[in-house]
Amino acid sequence: MLFNEPHPLEVKVLTKRFEYPQKDPIWIDEFLAKEGYAGIRKALEMTPEAIIEEVKKSSLRGRGGAGFPTGLKWGFVDRNSPKPKYIVVNADEGEPGTCKDRVLMENDPHMLIEGCLIAGRAINSNRGWIYIRGEYRYLIDILDKAIEEAYARGYLGENIQGSGWTFHLSTHTGAGSYECGEESALLESLEGKRGNPRLKPPFPATSGAFQCPTIVNNVETYCAVPSIILNGGEWYAGLGTPRNGGTRMVCLSGHLNRPGVYEVPLGYNLKQLIEEFGGGVWKGRKLKAVIPGGSSSPILTADEIDIPADYDSLAKAGSMLGSGATMVLDETVDMVKLAHRVMKFYAHESCGWCIPCREGTAWLEKMLRRLDEGVGVTRDIDMVGQLSQSMLGRTFCALGDAAAMPTISIVQKFRHEFEAKLAGAKVFMPAPETQPLVVL
Amino acid sequence: MTFSAELEARFEKMIGQYPPGRQKGALIPMLLYAQDETGQITDELIDEVSRRLSVNKVEVEEVLGYYTMLHRERRGRHHLQICTNVACMLVGGEELWHHACHKLGIGNKQTTADGQFSLEEVECIGACSWAPALIDNYDFHLNVTPEKLDALIESLRGQQ
Ligand SMILES: Cc1cc2nc3c(=O)[nH]c(=O)nc-3n(C[C@H](O)[C@H](O)[C@H](O)COP(=O)(O)O)c2cc1C
Ligand code: SF4
Ligand code: FES
Repeated sequence: MLFNEPHPLEVKVLTKRFEYPQKDPIWIDEFLAKEGYAGIRKALEMTPEAIIEEVKKSSLRGRGGAGFPTGLKWGFVDRNSPKPKYIVVNADEGEPGTCKDRVLMENDPHMLIEGCLIAGRAINSNRGWIYIRGEYRYLIDILDKAIEEAYARGYLGENIQGSGWTFHLSTHTGAGSYECGEESALLESLEGKRGNPRLKPPFPATSGAFQCPTIVNNVETYCAVPSIILNGGEWYAGLGTPRNGGTRMVCLSGHLNRPGVYEVPLGYNLKQLIEEFGGGVWKGRKLKAVIPGGSSSPILTADEIDIPADYDSLAKAGSMLGSGATMVLDETVDMVKLAHRVMKFYAHESCGWCIPCREGTAWLEKMLRRLDEGVGVTRDIDMVGQLSQSMLGRTFCALGDAAAMPTISIVQKFRHEFEAKLAGAKVFMPAPETQPLVVL
Repeated sequence: MTFSAELEARFEKMIGQYPPGRQKGALIPMLLYAQDETGQITDELIDEVSRRLSVNKVEVEEVLGYYTMLHRERRGRHHLQICTNVACMLVGGEELWHHACHKLGIGNKQTTADGQFSLEEVECIGACSWAPALIDNYDFHLNVTPEKLDALIESLRGQQ
């Protein structure tokens, strides 16, 4: 199974049942033997209010990227609405650098099912879907089998564990689109349409899947819930830092001696994370920069990373915790090339629905390619910064921001590399000589 | 048009998983699962799926134009998808991509003359901690080197 050797400093909540090396997913018998479904059994004795209260106390925040408080989100749903209420799992895992949701689903699929059950109970829902990116086909097979097991043992379907409550769950495949990870685009896709996002408000809690109240959460967010119900919100909150409860999966990648996916408490020092868990920068080289939360997050230079890795601290440092994808760059990385590659991704994935993003990402990609090839004029560097700035906050969904934020930070913090690349360019394009049109 | 018994059973189950009257929800999964059997999205398949889900053919076309994994053209028996996004790029993803192009003599979204292989440069496939990575049809290969890629291609060639 996809999992690296555990690290002694890990705090195991989500990965508590994992063994290393583990050959098969944890199927239902093993799951039940290791505290599995104890959370939902407990939740079935609780009122929905009490479940939500416990999740609020845990200060669990969404692990998909935005870090929105989960209990608060669940509280927005009108549990007594005459419409059906739905649970949707965001298993689109598309943010570059992110490879944790698959580790959770692959090793412990029932943990996700249990999280969905508790969420379903909390908002009075009878149905949920797990929206999985198309490339993860093997995971659909694993989850489908786990779902079948849960139906057979009375943890899904009608009259769950004799409670009289019904809950159905199924997998739903995507078919190749980063934008479908954006929750409203995901819901469009679930309805069988192109993944263009919806105008918000109304938020999914009011009008989500099939225009009914819906909660959309990341895989890891749901996976944290059974332990919270079982051990209490306060216990979970205590594992992290204030307002940033619990543990999270961090995906270490790039120029490290020991890249891998590890479970760490929120607020774990970013620098130590890279040194202790990641084994430090490879080949004895020096650290240049870190992308702390997926390619959408603003870059941090080597001397900006001695900070606790939680939502609030990273926001204070001008970046974000995002999806937990931490990409480490050594001193040899060409930052112009990096900016170019990042923008190529967003230009490819822009859904084309709104003009600032569709045109902005396409032009930025062209300009960055030109700079990367060492062609262009110094003014282009400013223009990349300005164009990104003018995209920020002016696009229909957050993909536009996700493209602008890292770009602005790279240009700001590594401008000298852009200039050096132009100065050393073999192909040189002289600045056009301009004459003032009107001589005053 | 008929599909394998297994796929028919899957379709039947799937349609019940969406609210009454909203069976269009099954559209994208149905297209992808069917494409896995037929190899590509054909006119016949579009007709069939639109009939089964009572959606207009245009609605199917709309979706086809959006999702990168749905394709109307035939691809190689082994569709190699190589990631060159940041985490992979940092540890040799681009070199791997160029190596594959040279080795097979084809470029992005092209197929070898014998129909064995097609290539696609893809964005992050969620294997960043085990980069560089590629997918052969639906099988992940992690920590791939040019040598490992050569060996993979040879072994797939041998399979026929
Ligand atoms: C362009 C874009 C892509 C996104 N991709 C993902 C994704 O792959 N997985 C995910 O969980 N959230 C993704 N999100 C965030 C979701 O919109 C949403 O905030 C999240 O699913 C909410 O769950 P959480 O509160 O548990 O994090 C993406 C957002 C944007 C704007
Ligand atoms: S910001 Fe980009 S991805 Fe989002 S709606 Fe606009 S074009 Fe689509
Ligand atoms: S960047 Fe290649 S798998 Fe994520």
